[in-house]
Amino acid sequence: MNPKEANRVLGKDGPWLVFAALLFVMPFVPFVGENSFRMHIMILILLFAAMSQAWNIIGGYCGQVSFGHSVFFGIGAYGAGMAVVAYGVPPWPGILTGMIVAAAVAVIISWPCFKLSGHYFAIATFAIVEIFNRGFLVWDWVGGALGLDYPLVEEGLWNLMWHDSKTGYYYCALVLFLITFGLVRWLEGHRFGYYLRAVREGQETAESLGVNSTAVKLAAMALSAALAALCGAFFVQYNLRVDPPMVMSLDMSMKFVLITVLGGSGTLVGPLLGATVLIPLQEYSRALWGGLGGGVDLIVFGLLIIIIVVKQPAGIIGIIRDIGKHAARRRAAGKEEADHGAP
Amino acid sequence: MALLEVREVTKKFGELVANDRVSFTVETGTIVGLIGPNGAGKTTLFNCITGLYPADGGAIHFDGREITALKPYEIARRGAVRTFQVVRPLKEMTVFDNVLVGAFLKTGDRRAAAARAEECLSICNLTSFRDRPAGGLPIGGKKRLEMARALATRPKLLMLDEVMAGMTSTEINASVEVILRLRDSGITLMIVEHVMEGIMPIADKVVVLDGGIKIAEDAPGNIVNDERVIEAYLGPKYSQRFKARREGADLG
Repeated sequence: MNPKEANRVLGKDGPWLVFAALLFVMPFVPFVGENSFRMHIMILILLFAAMSQAWNIIGGYCGQVSFGHSVFFGIGAYGAGMAVVAYGVPPWPGILTGMIVAAAVAVIISWPCFKLSGHYFAIATFAIVEIFNRGFLVWDWVGGALGLDYPLVEEGLWNLMWHDSKTGYYYCALVLFLITFGLVRWLEGHRFGYYLRAVREGQETAESLGVNSTAVKLAAMALSAALAALCGAFFVQYNLRVDPPMVMSLDMSMKFVLITVLGGSGTLVGPLLGATVLIPLQEYSRALWGGLGGGVDLIVFGLLIIIIVVKQPAGIIGIIRDIGKHAARRRAAGKEEADHGAP
Repeated sequence: MALLEVREVTKKFGELVANDRVSFTVETGTIVGLIGPNGAGKTTLFNCITGLYPADGGAIHFDGREITALKPYEIARRGAVRTFQVVRPLKEMTVFDNVLVGAFLKTGDRRAAAARAEECLSICNLTSFRDRPAGGLPIGGKKRLEMARALATRPKLLMLDEVMAGMTSTEINASVEVILRLRDSGITLMIVEHVMEGIMPIADKVVVLDGGIKIAEDAPGNIVNDERVIEAYLGPKYSQRFKARREGADLG
């Protein structure tokens, strides 16, 4: 790698790598690490950032807004859950199966749905969540409405379970986060990443340049669904139980969409920004006003989204960019003034 | 040998016959102009050739193989690439990224594609717009972007749909130069054009459509004197007056 290229990589990825390093030492910082509620919030931020990034592949980069991702999330959760609860083995084979099944289901249900465009595609994915939710509620093999409750097994990475400390979960969430963000970062620079954006910006144009848009959308959907299943599996290992409303619900689907849109859809850091704002808001509002009944967090979500969509449709990342531009203009203006001021 | 052969292509929209058994050929290494008054069916024919519309009858062969029922992306992959009359920039991507998408057709390697994209930007005089979002270009820039993007795919046949419309005459001259350079580099071109000063001097052959029917297929020098073409453009009344005046001039 020549120095110029090294500079480019450091310039673009430097802040990012520093941030990841900070996350690694986080559990050793007493102020954060000691407190299990804060640790819990950190874990959820990383998990939902990862999950929203998975959604971002098809919903943000490729522009196919799916409200069906809780289905894939749920399939992953049930994959791990069934391995542990029904078969008494570690969750790993279940996680792998869940990812494959989720990708397959995604392709099968997207095939007809991709014939619909824009809002109609989004509406079709709504229906799919309801279908799977009801299906799992009456399916006895996966525990029906009661769901699956985890037995207590030996803690450690092998069983992906820890009893007292949350540190193990934290590092797993961090790995999950790095996998999804690293993958999307890699995609951004490659042909497939460019094709995703080209399909979003104009399907006919993309096709006129030799892009098979259906194949691109299906591949993006499969990848997105497999990653969603991976996140779902972690979610169930962390909660130690799963039932259909917990994972396969419109609430859940909505959360992935809102986090990404709030942060900045179709951008690498968008899901992280969104999760960093929304997850603490959700957890603290639940802790504070949970007694008022369910849904307080959703009211807060809704308000925030209205403000964002009206004020800056590009999300938090758009606000940050505006501030950056503004500062650059001011600097330029200041410099000019100084130049003029000099005799 | 003909690179593109259009045989008896018919396209109907309900009762309206937009193309009625149109046949013509595009020979390798030449520039073929496709002209005609508004509503003559030029763009419809373009859309049939590039697979955007299925033709209702006839056959289209490209590079020795039939492409009649193929999808747009399959036709593009075989080397017949088009631009759009109504420009379609990938708005939120930069000018460079737009062209890069085209360059990725022939190579999956980012570096090779980027080199090709830079080359096409410079051919089409877009280098100064490189990092701007494509949606913010002026119309002339968008037209050139259409061309750069199609060019980046390394096509055998480049089909330009009114790339000169709405340009100033300086811009037209620049485009004409680019087109000639492309022909010299071995690309065959088919050009739908309204701007006569753009197409007439450079075309090896001109195909004229009127009301969905091909009325002439000849060298540009012969086309301008073709009675049917004059009639199609100016109407029967002016055509007769024009003829009378010319005969008068001959007598005098």
